[in-house]
Amino acid sequence: MSKLRVGITTLVALFASFSVFAETGIDERINIAIKPFADAVAGFVFYSFPVAGVQIPFVLVWLIVAATVFTFYFKFINLRAFKHGFQLVRGDYHDPEAAGEVTHFQALATALSGTVGLGNIAGVAVAVSLGGPGATFWMILAGFLGMSSKFTECTLGVKYRDELPDGTVSGGPMYYLTKGLAEKGPVFAKLGKLLAVLFAIFCVGGSFGGGNMFQANQSFAQLVNVTGGDASWLADKGWLFGLIVAALVGLVIMGGIKGIARVTSKIVPFMAVIYVTAGLAIIFMNYPQIPAAFAAIFNGAFTADGISGGVIGVLFQGFKRAAFSNEAGVGSAAIAHSAVQTKRPVTEGFVALYEPFVDTVVVCTITALVIVITGTWDPSVDPSAGVQLTSKAFASTFSWFPWVLTVAVVLFAFSTMISWSYYGLKSFTFLFGENRFTDTTYKLLFLFFVVLGSSMQLGSVIDFSDAMIFAMAFPNLLGCYFLLPVVKKELDEYWADLKSGKLVKAKTS
Amino acid sequence: MSSVLMVGVDCSECGGRAIEYAIEQAKRSNAKLFIAHVIEWSPFSFSTVEENFERHKQREEELKRAHSEVIDPIVERLTSMGLDAEGLVRHGNVADTLDTLARENGVTNIILGRQGTSKLKAHVFGSVGSHLVQSAECAVTVVP
Repeated sequence: MSKLRVGITTLVALFASFSVFAETGIDERINIAIKPFADAVAGFVFYSFPVAGVQIPFVLVWLIVAATVFTFYFKFINLRAFKHGFQLVRGDYHDPEAAGEVTHFQALATALSGTVGLGNIAGVAVAVSLGGPGATFWMILAGFLGMSSKFTECTLGVKYRDELPDGTVSGGPMYYLTKGLAEKGPVFAKLGKLLAVLFAIFCVGGSFGGGNMFQANQSFAQLVNVTGGDASWLADKGWLFGLIVAALVGLVIMGGIKGIARVTSKIVPFMAVIYVTAGLAIIFMNYPQIPAAFAAIFNGAFTADGISGGVIGVLFQGFKRAAFSNEAGVGSAAIAHSAVQTKRPVTEGFVALYEPFVDTVVVCTITALVIVITGTWDPSVDPSAGVQLTSKAFASTFSWFPWVLTVAVVLFAFSTMISWSYYGLKSFTFLFGENRFTDTTYKLLFLFFVVLGSSMQLGSVIDFSDAMIFAMAFPNLLGCYFLLPVVKKELDEYWADLKSGKLVKAKTS
Repeated sequence: MSSVLMVGVDCSECGGRAIEYAIEQAKRSNAKLFIAHVIEWSPFSFSTVEENFERHKQREEELKRAHSEVIDPIVERLTSMGLDAEGLVRHGNVADTLDTLARENGVTNIILGRQGTSKLKAHVFGSVGSHLVQSAECAVTVVP
């Protein structure tokens, strides 16, 4: 009952504050009301210290250090298990008795559709523009290191998931932080509970921000851009776009119209393939420039002429965009991966290696190469105009591509929203209990933020939402450090079985 | 050599002629009879996060429904006739899974009813029967 009361109080408070905003300019009101809080949170999460004249946010160091520690701790698992991960995705070790359950391929594809999106398209353009071609090198390196973070969190996600009596599964950092740390003793149990609650709070925030408002905002920006920029009849109709998107999202998450989500989940991989193919086509059509582009990427990584902050500045841009794009260490993907059917949790860890690989090492690198080769990068770019820059780079070869890109961006945004609405809902019900009321409350709030995100220029709110997503990495990775021995044990046992031939390969027909 | 028959059915009413044919064969040779139903499913399909979390529950329900609505009525009828009948249900590609089930159970003859597939569809995708004829290790009988 107390949980219900907390839920009601929160809701009443929210509605009360919304009615205040409605009186004068909503946009301005929200900014004024949220700004001090948002700035405080963003200031804390993105607390920066200067390195060689560049402000480096602590959270970025936190993510990279963890990824590096995990890579060494598991003796380069990101390279060592690469081949075996592929065999698992391909279904070589699929148990025929489990036909009809969620396969490794399906878990990976679902997790990818939640991460591949604007980070790969817009973020990379910003990185290359601000950090020069050399940023690509550091982005790829960060992608490789991030594979070890995903390995760790996804193994834990499966190991400590809840299998409910009705047959459904629930998993993610909330569960491994609580259950995993509780195994270590009463003090750790308390810490685990605290970390899980913090994670859930940040995850709800992230699901409203980066997983929702940012997506709605950026896809609307590209839609306006492709229909004529400021002259577009859509230019001041963000609210309309927001209402339409909210209606569609609402049909899926509240109306139970699963068809829309199902169709999206089938089109999104197809759009990703079109994007990659078009990128590769542009790269190969300009093949004489390929060696020069690679030279620029390698030289630029270590000699940073004219880049603010020198090499550190280049490195920072590359690392930052990789982290934004693949979310390794954030913990969101651990929720999606935990639905897989497997008797050995570590197998999903191997499969999860492919997420940063596909997302960052493949897709982001293609975007970067296209931008470098077509020479569209522009050091004076406004960081919020990333999509337009990528759009321009592709348009320089295929003039019609911005339209395809718009469809891709809107669909990527939509599927990311659907995924995040689920992550957020799971965190919300973890905090306030699982019942119809909390469920509906969360979903209504989520839809409200869709409209909000697409109708406004929300500087500080966007900062806040980025901050929330990155804040998830604090409790998540701290817990992961404590649980490293658990993952190590699972890994060693499995690896020994694999090497001794104890694991039977399903026969391939 | 004792013969083991397997009839592929897609719903309790369909495959009627194939079952009648199998009954005759089984009575004649005193054969063991498997009634197999495959739930169309691919390990490489795309799904949403929510679908994945509910998949296990869904699968249980699909299996239960396949048994109660398709397989069990047929098996009951055959058993009451004094035949040695057993039901099999599995997810997968229909032709491949029937093939696998046949191999696992030492089936000597797979019996299928001919489906009313259009010529064009059969030409593009092939039919379950034609796939099985090419891949199966045992005899395949298609009942018109």
